Amino acid sequence: MRLSELLRFVTGSLIGARTRTLLMLLAMSIGVASVVVLTALGEGARRYVIDEFAQLGTHLLVMLPGRSETTGGAPPLFGETPRDLTLSDAMALPRHRSILRVAPITVGNAPVSYANREREVTVIGATHAFFPIRHLTIGSGRPLPMIDPERAVNVAVLGAGLRKELFGKQRPLGKWIRINDRRYRVIGILSSGGQSIGRNLDDLVIIPVAAAQSLFDTPSLFRVLIQARSQEDIPRAQAAARDTIRERHDGEDDVTIITQDALLDTFDGILRALTYTVGGIAAISLAVAGILVMNVMLVAVSQRVAEIGLMKALGAPDRQVLRLFLIESVVLAGSGAIFGLAIAGLGILALGQLFPSFPIAAPLWAPLAAVAVALLTGLLFGILPARRAARLDPVRALSRR
Amino acid sequence: MIELRGIERHFQVGDERVHALNEVTLDLPSGDYVSVMGPSGSGKSTLLNVLGLLDRPDSGSYRLDDVETTTLIEEKRAALRRSHIGFVFQAFHLVPRLTAADNIGLPMMLAGAGPRARGARVREVLESLKLLARAQHRPDQLSGGQRQRVAIGRAIVMRPALLLADEPTGNLDRHAGSEVVALLESLNASGITLVIVTHDPAIGRRARRQIRMVDGRIESDSVDDAPV
Repeated sequence: MRLSELLRFVTGSLIGARTRTLLMLLAMSIGVASVVVLTALGEGARRYVIDEFAQLGTHLLVMLPGRSETTGGAPPLFGETPRDLTLSDAMALPRHRSILRVAPITVGNAPVSYANREREVTVIGATHAFFPIRHLTIGSGRPLPMIDPERAVNVAVLGAGLRKELFGKQRPLGKWIRINDRRYRVIGILSSGGQSIGRNLDDLVIIPVAAAQSLFDTPSLFRVLIQARSQEDIPRAQAAARDTIRERHDGEDDVTIITQDALLDTFDGILRALTYTVGGIAAISLAVAGILVMNVMLVAVSQRVAEIGLMKALGAPDRQVLRLFLIESVVLAGSGAIFGLAIAGLGILALGQLFPSFPIAAPLWAPLAAVAVALLTGLLFGILPARRAARLDPVRALSRR
Repeated sequence: MIELRGIERHFQVGDERVHALNEVTLDLPSGDYVSVMGPSGSGKSTLLNVLGLLDRPDSGSYRLDDVETTTLIEEKRAALRRSHIGFVFQAFHLVPRLTAADNIGLPMMLAGAGPRARGARVREVLESLKLLARAQHRPDQLSGGQRQRVAIGRAIVMRPALLLADEPTGNLDRHAGSEVVALLESLNASGITLVIVTHDPAIGRRARRQIRMVDGRIESDSVDDAPV
């Protein structure tokens, strides 16, 4: 029998049992659609996180004071006091070719006031380099000046939200605000809507790092952001930074350097695993649909006993009867899968419209895997009914009315 | 040419062992017209199933055109069935979702004949059955007599040498029944071997050769040379 005729014949018998076929298609398409949509959500979450990290800065290394990784040695009996990570440590770093920019950072909370308005916000001590490294854009005015980082100039850049709360409709540029009773002149405003790994960049004030150190009375830096010149330079920059600090800290390796990529890889791995898990759970619904295929086909076999007997009387070998019923269940599963893909496509489109900032997209393997699993379950769960059909005794099959 | 030698067939029905065919020996020359009659349970249908290669005898020999069929594997028997034998059933057994033309073409489709060759042959058969106008009707749109004619068309579409009819008029009124018998007889006249199993003595008597079965045995086998 030719394939096109086989398909036509099988389609005819599926259309003949309309309700049963429609219910089956529904079950199968829900299974396939849920696999595709859920993996698309997982993949969207992964892309979202990666995008967020990309906003954080490119080729980024973060240096923290103290050694938080386990070294494998005995636990320190005398409280290991790490040396401070100082401004001069940070300033020694850019001498290396692989390092493009360095931004030493101090962070603290302090009340910020103008006239009679006061807000408790995050105060970041930084340098000019902080702005390009973190992709911060200035809405009006200018960023921190390119000066010697050791100079404590009393200027400040405000987040857009803080500016609104302190100044309302007034022009803030050139005005003097107070942070902890010290006065700073406002020289710039960040553009609004900045967001970085969930931290709102709206409610903060950025001042020169030396000014912040004096404000919070701490010689140590909170961390140092290091931007490598290129992707390939990241390991070199990491080694160079570590060597520089070890040299300056009497041979003591007492800083932790996190590469953005390592962090990214971790998240990437977690979210990929999550996607697979969710996809796998959804695949269970496909298996359920497979059992439904079997059920439907068993009913089909028992309802078409006379037809099967007839086909045998007309000279169809068992093999052919087996093939007919197997193909019927595969066609059933396959068309369910196609409907499922259509549903999934519409669902992803709709979700994309509803949440435009969430980069939902099915990874290529998801629809392929879903359809493959659907066809496979159709085949697998079609075997039992098809064998039952093929083994029917034609004499008894035909004598049933 | 059909030769049956010492055919035995038993069935287990509950605790009872039914002897459906008991030492049946029978020769059917090509072009013969045979009716098989007898009470219910006398083994007529079993004989027909054995002749049609649907049922395998427990012992004995069945040669169809000099081929020993009892030892063939099922696949070969299916192939013989396809090329040599046509069935006509009391219950028609038409596939309800297929049109008359598709029902008639079904054996050719199962045999792998292409749509073109099939279409031509089906048209020929429909024409000879005077069913051309009904070609695109489904069985539920046909009368009983028309349905049985479609079933006969399906039985002869592969040009078999042997036509087996099991109570072909059992579900038909007298008028439609005699039309169907006339059609079968005209096929026999063109050379096909015809075996009809029937309860109806009026139909049974029409056959040139009449076999009467009782308890799985051939009780009488008479040839009536008088032309019908």
